[in-house]
Amino acid sequence: MNNFVILPIIIPVIIGMVMIIFRKQIKLQRYLSLVAMAAVGIVTIYLMLQIKSEGIQTLHLGGWVAPFGVTMVVDMLAALLITTTSIVAFCCLLYAFRTIGKEREQFYFYPLFLFLITGVIGSFMTGDVFNLFVCFEVMLVASYVLISLGGTKIQLRESIKYILINILSSFLFLVAIAFLYAMTGTLNFAHLSLRVAEVGQGGLMTTVAILFLIVFSLKAGLFLFFWLPGAYSAPPTAISAIFAALLTKVGIYAIVRMFTLVFYHEPEVTHLFIGILAAITMILGAVGAVAFWDIKRILTYNVIVGVGFILAGVASFTTVGMTGALYYLIHDMIVKALIFLLGGTVIYLTGTSNLRDLSGLIRLHPQLGWMFFIAALSLSGIPPLSGFLGKLFISEGTFEAGYFWLGAIGLFTSLMVLYSIMKVFMNAFWGYTVIKEEEEQGTTAGLLLPIGILTALTIALGIGIQAIHAYVDLAVEVLMNPSIYIEAVLGLNPKP
Amino acid sequence: METLMCLLVGVLFTIGTYLILTKSLLRIILGTSIVGHGVNLLIITMGGLKKGGPPLLGLKNLTYTDSLPQALLLTAIVINFATTALFLVLSYRAYIVLGTDDTEQLRGKEDE
Repeated sequence: MNNFVILPIIIPVIIGMVMIIFRKQIKLQRYLSLVAMAAVGIVTIYLMLQIKSEGIQTLHLGGWVAPFGVTMVVDMLAALLITTTSIVAFCCLLYAFRTIGKEREQFYFYPLFLFLITGVIGSFMTGDVFNLFVCFEVMLVASYVLISLGGTKIQLRESIKYILINILSSFLFLVAIAFLYAMTGTLNFAHLSLRVAEVGQGGLMTTVAILFLIVFSLKAGLFLFFWLPGAYSAPPTAISAIFAALLTKVGIYAIVRMFTLVFYHEPEVTHLFIGILAAITMILGAVGAVAFWDIKRILTYNVIVGVGFILAGVASFTTVGMTGALYYLIHDMIVKALIFLLGGTVIYLTGTSNLRDLSGLIRLHPQLGWMFFIAALSLSGIPPLSGFLGKLFISEGTFEAGYFWLGAIGLFTSLMVLYSIMKVFMNAFWGYTVIKEEEEQGTTAGLLLPIGILTALTIALGIGIQAIHAYVDLAVEVLMNPSIYIEAVLGLNPKP
Repeated sequence: METLMCLLVGVLFTIGTYLILTKSLLRIILGTSIVGHGVNLLIITMGGLKKGGPPLLGLKNLTYTDSLPQALLLTAIVINFATTALFLVLSYRAYIVLGTDDTEQLRGKEDE
């Protein structure tokens, strides 16, 4: 029991609710939202140190001991992801101050943003499958409003598709939970793991596992990503950056949690299936990224490639593959936010997202150009930037598991990613400068700060990977040994 | 009883799927609503129907109905209600702005 565990969830909720009262005081809302994100980051780092010295931290809400009550569990995986979330959200907020516009700010942009973060953090922390559904809904309802906030034509059109897809996947999630409850009689992750291990993962249980996989694939954009490119390119840059960085990652986290803690008995069925889906996702995403000439499209297809690559590491189900998936997950959250902010800045400056109309921006904005170059290299996993180690470990893991085709597809698609992102760089920043400084739609004043923070982070994470190495190892240890998690939640000698 | 309920859930899912596959936005929303009811019914059926008395301590029941699915159901209904309301408002707004509720015309053009 540790009451600190609840803080990362209630800080954004309470501050968000307070901000609704002060609708007109935009300055106050800005400061409060930054304070909330900083506070979440600090609390989680404190929790991380506690986890390192004392093991997984849990909180049984209302004093109802697991498996009867709802349990909040922070293991190292969750703590790492929450810390990254708070950093990314902080930078996106800084970016939003300059670009989001007064109208959106007055219509509850900041409270909604904090509610979105609440849902994301709640999903990372919960130890109960139904509570995971509730946290998903908190996140999704906030994202429905954020994606349509402003009410432009393209936003309304895309938000309808986005909402429909997500409502349906929520229903499927409920169906899967109902089946799982009928078979096991429990909803607590740790207890589920025990029960499934006890009755064995037969054909019916594996079917339910696949149903869960379909649900989470819809959220993560694994194979079922047809809604993603449209939905992520409709809203303003700050919002689509936070979507690209966080929302798909929540789905990935749910897959990782479900298939390492509960349904890990039949890896030759479920994990191979994840591997096949990951391979198809990577190929289709890379083809999309190469094919388009629109910056937003290229970037959203890169999100899809990233999802496929992380899940390739998960599919290998080896220690080294999991380590790689975790490194890459953290890297991907940072670098996707970064590349979306950079791409958004290019569109914001020039007023067009068509690469054919862009040229020679590096003469006017050298810092922006160089940071884009660094982000592009990091995205495709060039050493010494943060993407390299994850890519190395995931490839090693897939080879170790005998999925050579998966590793090969992963490496091949990273070449295509490099090509697609270099296409953006060369077309937008090289060549003759066709646009004059006076003709630009906006300035980069204030925008370079959040981008600079994220760029520094991706460099630091590449060079100083040693610093978080111990933490990632702890997280992977829990993923590969479910008994550690079960022991932390249910006590030393749990009754099945 | 459970078998009958499962069949009813199947019927609700069929109707809902049919409505979701039509082109009119309003019908799609009604379809999601019906699927939602099917899901709720499924949850309550999966917990087992009428296995005993109410789960209260004073009544000295030997067997009692599982109350957890009902708690889940309540949460699911509230969430379903909220998302349906939001979806309706949003599609009304989309209808006003875009001037159509036909999903065929909502696809959008490349040059926008």
